[in-house]
Amino acid sequence: MTATQPAPSRPIVGFAALALVAAIVALDALRSPAIDPFTVPPPAALGSGQAPGGAHCSAG
Amino acid sequence: MIARRLTLLAAGLALVAGTFAWAGPRAAFLVAIGVGFGLVLEGLRMGFAGPWRTVVTDRDARGLIAQLLAIGATAAVALPLLAAAPGELIGAHAPVGVGMILGAFVFGAAMQVVMGCGSGTLVNAGSGNLVGLVALAGFIGGSFAGTLHLGFWSGLGSLPVITLQGVAGSGGGLALTLAALALVGYAAIRRADPGKRLPPLRLWVAAGLLAVLAILNLMVAGQPWGIVYGLGLWGAKIADAAGADLAATAYWAAPANAERLAASVLTDVTSLTNIGLLVGAFLAMRWRAAPDAPPAALTLPSWAAVLLAGLVLGYAARMAFGCNVGAFFSGISTGSLHGWVWFAAAFAGSMLGLRLRPWLLVARPATPIVERPA
Repeated sequence: MTATQPAPSRPIVGFAALALVAAIVALDALRSPAIDPFTVPPPAALGSGQAPGGAHCSAG
Repeated sequence: MIARRLTLLAAGLALVAGTFAWAGPRAAFLVAIGVGFGLVLEGLRMGFAGPWRTVVTDRDARGLIAQLLAIGATAAVALPLLAAAPGELIGAHAPVGVGMILGAFVFGAAMQVVMGCGSGTLVNAGSGNLVGLVALAGFIGGSFAGTLHLGFWSGLGSLPVITLQGVAGSGGGLALTLAALALVGYAAIRRADPGKRLPPLRLWVAAGLLAVLAILNLMVAGQPWGIVYGLGLWGAKIADAAGADLAATAYWAAPANAERLAASVLTDVTSLTNIGLLVGAFLAMRWRAAPDAPPAALTLPSWAAVLLAGLVLGYAARMAFGCNVGAFFSGISTGSLHGWVWFAAAFAGSMLGLRLRPWLLVARPATPIVERPA
């Protein structure tokens, strides 16, 4: 059986994954308008009387 | 270890509280639901790609049965909810078409190469698997690239959107969905070896929790749990920042998508659950007394293959109107025929991927330690 090299440790790779997501959110925060706290949607769609936005994987 | 676990708990709460402050209560709920998905999938070791492999290679149906249980439990609540609140909730409904079937087949194959589906890629990356992280980078690029060509693939021919509740009524649609799930489960159990037929308690719990989270997702977001849309949006945000004119593309010029592209990513429900899912998987990995051993490092061509497979995974998921979550889990549990067709095509592709994996992923041998002569 041939010995193999391990990849970097799980915590290091996990932190790198968090950093990737944080970088995307940070990039977006720099370019997108701030969210107005007075126009955010109600806590839940059910019972809100509002139609969903429709931005979903199954939408064309 | 207690200090570390308290820190992890505080970090999870801080994420939810920070999201609440930044983007409001719905966003905070969705991040919390996403964290729940990550904790369940990583903490209770429930997945999609692995069970599809073991049901073929080891005659082990336990993981697949757990998936079917979760989908059935979700459907039992989601379908009546959709019927009761048609103006507030929508299902994961898409047309069956040539491009959709081809995409699902290719997705199934790529999923076995990287050993991670849509949710699995996020879980693997968050739990510190480098293959998952590299595949995630490819997935983001691929799902964005898929949006640029979706019109072409859809134009190859498709049926209108068909739902089981549309064919048989609300109660009939649920009965048909549950019966079809039972039929698939029966076939898997019949094929499985003794002792590998019914899930252990851990997977029953995981299936129940996944169903609760998926129903909460539907009630809070107004649409079912998804993965691919958010990742494609992240790719679009990066492309937009790099100067691409996305307003000139049909997909991103569509009002719903243009609105998401212009607004903060924290207003997109799928992005929010994706972020939570990855963080939840990270928290579950760090919660353990000792993290699992990292997977073996790969040869350079194999890393390139993982990146390419991630790209294909994302592109194919876009062609197929969803991945194992948006099409298989959410499509079937909200009555869409495309979820069932996706399942059949992706399962066939998965069997091809099992054959490709040993050829594409080669572990890098350890460098022998050469001792200097005294």
